[in-house]
Amino acid sequence: MSAPRYPGFDTLALHAGQQPDAATGSRAVPIYATTSFCFQDSEHAASLFNMERAGHVYSRISNPTVAVLEERIAALERGVGAVATASGQAALHLAIATLMGAGGHIVASRALYGGSHNLLAYTLARFGIETTFVDPRDLPAWRAAIRPATRLLFGETLGNPGLEVLDIPRVADLAHEHGVPLLVDATFTTPYLLQPFALGADLAVHSATKFLGGHGVAIGGLLVDGGSFDWQASGNYPVLTAPYDGFHGMVFADESTVAPFLLRARREGLRDFGACMSPQVAFQLLQGLETLPLRMQRHVDNTRRVVEFLVAQPNVAAVRYPELPSHPDHELAKALLPRGCGAVFAFDLKGSRAAGRRFVESLALFSHLANVGDAKSLVIHPASTTHFRVPDRELAAAGITQGTIRLSIGLEDPADLIDDLARALKLAAKVP
Amino acid sequence: MRIDGLYAYTGGKAFDAAAAFVVLLHGAQHDHSVWILHSRYLAHHGYAVLALDLPGHGRSSAPLPASVEAHAERIAGALATLASPRFVLVGHSMGALVALEVARRLPSRVAGVALLGGAFPMKVSEALLSATRDDPAAAMQMINVWSHSAAIAPFAARPSNPGPGFSIVWQNLRLMERIARVNGAEVLAADFSACNSYRGGLEAAQALRCPALFICGVADQMTPPKAAAALIDACADREVVSLPATGHALMAENPEGVRQALRRFVQRCVAAGAA
Repeated sequence: MSAPRYPGFDTLALHAGQQPDAATGSRAVPIYATTSFCFQDSEHAASLFNMERAGHVYSRISNPTVAVLEERIAALERGVGAVATASGQAALHLAIATLMGAGGHIVASRALYGGSHNLLAYTLARFGIETTFVDPRDLPAWRAAIRPATRLLFGETLGNPGLEVLDIPRVADLAHEHGVPLLVDATFTTPYLLQPFALGADLAVHSATKFLGGHGVAIGGLLVDGGSFDWQASGNYPVLTAPYDGFHGMVFADESTVAPFLLRARREGLRDFGACMSPQVAFQLLQGLETLPLRMQRHVDNTRRVVEFLVAQPNVAAVRYPELPSHPDHELAKALLPRGCGAVFAFDLKGSRAAGRRFVESLALFSHLANVGDAKSLVIHPASTTHFRVPDRELAAAGITQGTIRLSIGLEDPADLIDDLARALKLAAKVP
Repeated sequence: MRIDGLYAYTGGKAFDAAAAFVVLLHGAQHDHSVWILHSRYLAHHGYAVLALDLPGHGRSSAPLPASVEAHAERIAGALATLASPRFVLVGHSMGALVALEVARRLPSRVAGVALLGGAFPMKVSEALLSATRDDPAAAMQMINVWSHSAAIAPFAARPSNPGPGFSIVWQNLRLMERIARVNGAEVLAADFSACNSYRGGLEAAQALRCPALFICGVADQMTPPKAAAALIDACADREVVSLPATGHALMAENPEGVRQALRRFVQRCVAAGAA
């Protein structure tokens, strides 16, 4: 008997969750463009609805193409399963709505993507779910913010826009000490750069729109469960440990010892909120996922070249990238992100808001848009776009200056990217 | 529900003491949740179901038995307290050996025994036995790989268990880790040692007075089908179902194949008992 071994990451990125189609022999994942699936008979139908047999009923709940993506990301993350959603925002909402209702409380990093901040600060508050935001580097602040009603700790593996590296082992320990799980948004890192569950996180969400899909062609989200959090022992989650009237009195934690969260997320959250992923989108994201290891390495290699260039420019005040010794989380990044710190980072241009605008408008190869994680390089000037209504004082608190520029480094020839940046820097320097 | 201190999951329906019932016994370092689909199916198709947590496993906090016989003694004692006259025993791996021993202790009560991934002797290599004692985390990784059919197949079970979107491989590992955390690191070594040292399989099989069903995974690396041959030969009334492309984690890798085989067998045993 040979030494036991799991297939490697690169192999799983290509194969996990799929075998050649049994009906046709199709090597590629077929797009099952169907809303619904025929029952063999009434008894078969009843047993599928009642979770006595595994199978597909209706594509809002599950779909064979989407399931390949779900099982592939679960394999890459080493999680017990995943639910694919219409967007990353939908994945975050599904995670929260599965765990709590009105009266629930979240402690979250304040270095979040703006959309996540909006959901937590404004929208969920309207439904009675309150969030306390803390500096992700301030562990005592995390601790102080936890209340009896706290049901979740949440942060991004790499924060926005300062690339704050979340100290997952310590924040996870704190969460577990209080009987709550740690959810991380791992969009910027993907499982290629960081595996949240191995570090202690319990749940992960991805905007698959970004590096997982990698080509800027499809919007989607993924919610992955590591399967280690003991909901029963916590005592804080009657949604998983008490009978649920919406599914014939099912007690999810009795059904599954390690995956009750995912059972409820699918059986309730997808069923009732309905933010599912289409099979066409799942197919497009799978095409990207197949080359994730190759792309992420190139993204990181290119980013290192660009960072090295920017650091040496006279009209660049600061470059925030955790691989630089100047970054506050440099040492933590070396421990948690040995393969690299991703391909999204910000730098501060010297000068006014107008200089920032001129810089962005002078770029030819970088695309000026509100996205990250594309194969093509992207740029945005937060002070004049995503954060243009935000008062200066709040901008500063979020680590954004008038000249902060966010780059998402793509897969182009790095020399061409550097040429483009050099030309734009020269033009921006002329703005008073 | 609890029976004499043992936790039993009843398949999502209240246990009906008047109905014919089925007892499901999990294997080493597992709990009742490995039967998630099958316990629900049987419970909603006319049978009362008891998917037990073995003593010292999951929510059954009774002392951890050191042998297959000690498991059986404890379980037989609990089942003997129930009013129903006869029941079908279903066991997976170590649970299959326990089922044989329970049947030996309650011959007039057992209407049938279904053995999934059964083998006798259930020998465990010295390297793995040592690992279960000295490095349980590494041992669980080995067991997890060997518990699933070769190469990539475990990552592509269709449909997955308990449904689309779940990873059977990582659920299995997390369950083993959970048992170690909740019930103690010593459970793994105790279970594998119990399997390895069990000597009574042939006598228990020869003593069966009821039908026996063997469900074997053709790609089982832990208990290959040939390792069940002696047990099969020892049973007077036996049926063998071989599931293609299925490893040791039969219920997870091939839930439909297991469901069909169990359904036929339980129907037959209950009908014979009623007659």
